[in-house]
Amino acid sequence: MEILLQQIINGLVQGSIYALVALGYTMVYGILGLINFAHGEVVMVGAMLVLSSLTAMLGWGMPPVLALPVSIMLAIAGCMALGYGIERIAYRPLRHAPRLAPLITAIGVSIVLQNLAMMIWGRGYHSFPQLFANTTHSFGGAVINDIQVIIFIMAVAIMAGLMVVVHHTRLGRAMRAIAENQHAAQLMGVDVNRVISITFMLGSAMAAVAGLMVSANYGLAHYYMGFLLGLKAFTAAVLGGIGNLRGAMLGGLLLGLIESLGAGYIGDLSGGFFGSNYQDVFAFLVLIAVLVFRPSGLLGERLAERA
Amino acid sequence: MISHFARSLSLAAATLMLLGCGKSAPTGQNASADLVVRIGASAPLTGPQAHLGKDNENGARMAIDEANARGIDIGGRKVHFELISEDDQADPKSATIVAQKLADDKVSGVIGHMNSGTSIPAEKIYSDNGIPQISPSATAVAYTAQGFKTAFRVMANDAQQGHVLGEYAAKNLGAKNIAVIDDRTAYGQGLADEFIKAAQASGAQIVAREYTNDKAMDFTAVLTAVKSKKPDLLFYGGMDAQGGPMAKQLRALQLDAKFMAGDGSKTPEFIKLAGAAAEGAYASLPGVPLDKMPGGKAFSERFVAKYQPIQLYAPYCYDAVNVMIAAMQKAGSADPEKYLAALANISYDGVTARIQFDAKGDLKNGAITVYQVQHGTWQPLYTMAANSAAAH
Repeated sequence: MEILLQQIINGLVQGSIYALVALGYTMVYGILGLINFAHGEVVMVGAMLVLSSLTAMLGWGMPPVLALPVSIMLAIAGCMALGYGIERIAYRPLRHAPRLAPLITAIGVSIVLQNLAMMIWGRGYHSFPQLFANTTHSFGGAVINDIQVIIFIMAVAIMAGLMVVVHHTRLGRAMRAIAENQHAAQLMGVDVNRVISITFMLGSAMAAVAGLMVSANYGLAHYYMGFLLGLKAFTAAVLGGIGNLRGAMLGGLLLGLIESLGAGYIGDLSGGFFGSNYQDVFAFLVLIAVLVFRPSGLLGERLAERA
Repeated sequence: MISHFARSLSLAAATLMLLGCGKSAPTGQNASADLVVRIGASAPLTGPQAHLGKDNENGARMAIDEANARGIDIGGRKVHFELISEDDQADPKSATIVAQKLADDKVSGVIGHMNSGTSIPAEKIYSDNGIPQISPSATAVAYTAQGFKTAFRVMANDAQQGHVLGEYAAKNLGAKNIAVIDDRTAYGQGLADEFIKAAQASGAQIVAREYTNDKAMDFTAVLTAVKSKKPDLLFYGGMDAQGGPMAKQLRALQLDAKFMAGDGSKTPEFIKLAGAAAEGAYASLPGVPLDKMPGGKAFSERFVAKYQPIQLYAPYCYDAVNVMIAAMQKAGSADPEKYLAALANISYDGVTARIQFDAKGDLKNGAITVYQVQHGTWQPLYTMAANSAAAH
């Protein structure tokens, strides 16, 4: 029983990170119908920015209570600028090109970012400084530590905040309008370019936070970390129904749970025939099964149609 | 959508390959009358193991630079060595592409690859082209078991290493219930299998066998499954990029088992990644500790001054290049056909070992040392001499 509880905790923590990254994919897809494959790299850049600014500020003797929020702000600002830049350079000139073209530039941006990060931060691993005692709480035989609790709460709060922005503000209404019909929205006086830029910046800000969470949770950052995370988050977004915000959250949490329960039990259930190396296979099997029966994902509809 | 994605990915890959080929086209003869000898090297220079791959490249480059500075004569002609370093991404598929490219570049020999999983598929290509290949760090038994005359290694194999580790875990550490995780690469899986054999032979029980991959970061699910089996020792077959975070997550889940791994995790990076959880971890590395070798300490000082602290296999790469050059000098030719026989029969005192090859191309008399993290650094605990380690 405590093993099951522990696996659920593992899955929820991992899943809330997936969900946060998946939101970045889904927001852009909802509005532009474009998969921003560079999003995983933005997460990586966020993690790297937090780490290097944090390390620098601690080196100058700044107290951790001050250094951490400042470095998070710096990383968020940096990632927002990066998100804006990516959209401006790689996507906006191709907005009316065939859909394949921006997909290729997305992959190109991803490769460029990865290699730039390798040149700036090197090939080695960067460890996350231990800022405060990371107390472990134990209940019912399962353990969870402070960082994991904070990750979960932060992820839920950010997702709730995003829902408010999209459904109850002028900006959100403009986003939904563009998702529904870009030209009509423009005719109604919506500044399409501005709203799309803001969407990218919002997604990138969340990516920065996700980068912080990943590096704090695993205690490391590496220039390659965005690739697999981006792929998993993209899977989560498709699972939930790409373009749908609630779907991305649901998909992220589900994927986290499927992975951890799959890895935890598949060996025992199959009598050792399938091992935990089938963890990813298991996750993708679920994805395929969902897509066969619900081709647009679990909650599959686009951002606009919820309006 | 998916097909679009796949198509664009393969397009991107094709573009990259083209770029890669253009980058280091053969440069031809030097302007001076020196004989130019090209030596290929291959390791993962990108991806999660890039820090180790770069370390390998630096080790080889230092040997080449020193040889050029020293001025080497082969068969009465002055020789200028050139290193052609390639990125195989630790990926078996890329390794065959790299091998073909190095063969097309007419290299006289290859230092590599770093991983067993890449060395094994590449060796047939080198053999077909008659190019001697010395892997600094491929430890899988299969590497020299395929019968290719061109394949050598300067490190003890996993049968020897797994044997020492398994016995050490069961006998010296008294482990009764052991959990084993590997990364499903030729190296990780092979080492784990050999470890299990030896541990069982010494009376320990394997209570869990779990798996991950060489790109993973999260092991909490697998470790939670392992925790339910209450092991007193966890063995990981794989590299530091996974070993470090795994050791950390092990402690975070309040699992008290001892942590043990093979050579792939015996790096400063492992300690950095695992943080406080690294303390007390065990790992092995073929060879005796570097500072106990004649010339070992001096090498390490030169290396640190030029690059950065040694990660793992740089000394082995350095030796691999030097042993190859020594064979060329002995044969009086850099022609693979002529110096291959000299290489097979060489006896060379390197910084990691006295290098002599057996009939299969394995290192004769490879010793294995077990290390433990104490006060934040790897400390040698005990070295098992060559012959008693050679189980196969």
